[in-house]
Amino acid sequence: MAGNSGPLSPRAKLAVTAGKAAAAVSRAAGRGSGSVIGGKVALKLDPDLLARLATHLDVVLVSATNGKTTTTRLIAEALRASGQVVSNALGANMPAGITSALAGGSEARYGVIEVDEKYLAGVARDVTPKAIALLNLSRDQLDRAAETRMLAERWREGLSGTDAVVVANADDPLVAWAASSCPTVVWVAAGQEWKDDAWSCPSCGGVLQRPGDDWYCGDCGFRRPPPTWALSGDYVVAPDGVAWPIQLQLPGRANKANAATSAAVAAVFGVAPKVALERMYAVQAVAGRYDVVPYQGRDLRLLLAKNPAGWLETFSLIDGPPAPVLLSVNARGADGTDTSWLWDVDYTRLAGHPIFVIGDRKLDLAVRLEVAGLDFRVCADVDEAVRSAPPGRIEVIANYTAFQDLRRAVGN
Amino acid sequence: MSETSLRLVWVYPDLLSTYGDQGNALVVERRAQQRHIPVSRIDVRSDQAVPTSGDIYLIGGGEDRPQRLAAERLRRDGGLNRAVANGAIVFSVCAGYQILGTEFVNDLGRPEPGLGILDVRSIRNDGPRHVGDILADVDERLGLPPLTGFENHQGNTVIGPSARPLARLRYGNGNGTGDGTEGAWSDTVFGTYAHGPVMARNPLFADMLLKLALDVHALPPVDEQWYEALRAERIAAATQQPA
Ligand SMILES: [Zn+2]
Repeated sequence: MAGNSGPLSPRAKLAVTAGKAAAAVSRAAGRGSGSVIGGKVALKLDPDLLARLATHLDVVLVSATNGKTTTTRLIAEALRASGQVVSNALGANMPAGITSALAGGSEARYGVIEVDEKYLAGVARDVTPKAIALLNLSRDQLDRAAETRMLAERWREGLSGTDAVVVANADDPLVAWAASSCPTVVWVAAGQEWKDDAWSCPSCGGVLQRPGDDWYCGDCGFRRPPPTWALSGDYVVAPDGVAWPIQLQLPGRANKANAATSAAVAAVFGVAPKVALERMYAVQAVAGRYDVVPYQGRDLRLLLAKNPAGWLETFSLIDGPPAPVLLSVNARGADGTDTSWLWDVDYTRLAGHPIFVIGDRKLDLAVRLEVAGLDFRVCADVDEAVRSAPPGRIEVIANYTAFQDLRRAVGN
Repeated sequence: MSETSLRLVWVYPDLLSTYGDQGNALVVERRAQQRHIPVSRIDVRSDQAVPTSGDIYLIGGGEDRPQRLAAERLRRDGGLNRAVANGAIVFSVCAGYQILGTEFVNDLGRPEPGLGILDVRSIRNDGPRHVGDILADVDERLGLPPLTGFENHQGNTVIGPSARPLARLRYGNGNGTGDGTEGAWSDTVFGTYAHGPVMARNPLFADMLLKLALDVHALPPVDEQWYEALRAERIAAATQQPA
């Protein structure tokens, strides 16, 4: 705890130590990394610990419905160009997990922190970040009744007086509305395929007009802010007009958007786009996502899609037909128990792929695919699906707990 | 039905499509196409006029603020009321169901006039949100198997004298008033708290709307394998969850 010994009070030091002990016990008991339990113990002993742990760091917060874990990783890689970084890289993104991650970073200069959407305003108050990246907001876990617009409103109120440079997606009306109350905003044209949570003006409720890539409200005049950074195909265009190629190992448009936002964040800390982007190219997989795993003599690419916006972005990055596709959907607590979102996803995009269906809610998915007019096969488990799949790398798309199940099943 | 095709109108997907509501439109469309019934689907955004010449209107669920905006715009437009006066069929879910009634409580906590198409009145319950699988026996006049659905709402709905309960609950909260009822209907207007979406779990509801629109008593059979499997699983799930 060398670097922290100055600012940390005896009580804070005790809290960190107690937290680490609890985490070790949790690990020994086989309950995962223990980071959340350790953080909970530490925060209970010293509620201001998070703020104190952050005082010596230049903090970046990253929040969104989708892409926050990957973007956190990309920003962390970029900032390592100019100093040591501490990050909650495993996606423990509520205050306890964040506290635990920061407690391990006493030597670091930068804290790059993924924050759950619901906790963003509070964490931003505690850690006085230098930058906040806001990527997108869309429907997720419907049974928790966290209305998407309500989340945007909480962001808007919670961040209105922030001293941070807010780096926000100009193409998501909800994000644009949330960020438009902040004093300093860097707008990034990062795109968003999913539009069905933002047909209403977040400001006045009018119907948004969305010609091409633009959007505006005909009633109150709220409109897309002019961006200074832009994702343009395979390039990110910096404010000086220079277009830098994005050559990630991570697939898909959404990850190019994450890289564009990450480059804009890196620039806030003086890291040039060329340097930042080259460091991002090293990232191959993030917490198992995008990993290609050999299993039973086949290659499986593991893709996580938690909600309609995530499924839409995932469909656009998979190999074309006849690549086999394996879909798995659960509806446990962490997924949200309401499966109605399946009907918001346009599964006709999978036409031509051999499709295999597993997971707790495979029958919901079967009816969904039947109504979409697709051919598919319902399988008992991943083994049966892999055995049945025709040749080629299998694209595996799963929602949250189904993804964890799959990682365990294939030994990833 | 017009001479050329059955007109399926989906009302205000920009405001009322939070709980997979497109699913009901997709199931009705699919089951019509499987019977070689030509269908044209018309999605009407809340800044467009609701056509009065539709055969079947679907109106879905949404959050509290969009629900108020939808009610305001539908009252101003008047198209849905005129369509019903012409004998159109309406199937509504959750927030849409409340809007068809005489009154509901809006996001500002105030009574909001509905369209008065269905004799129901809704208030917000102060207790916990109703979330979970439901199972209910459908009004025997409709001749349908039990209704299985997923409810996710905070409404309590009282049925007036000129409407009837759509179903009697075996499991779930439904209309939430403690009288054991779920949904309401009268003549060609139906409302339910069940999403899921409801047609995916109850495809014979979709067929009922088609039969009403076509004025026929039977439709050719379609493959029910996956619908039946899903129904069986969800009915079992409803009976196993804590009451
Ligand atoms: Zn507006």
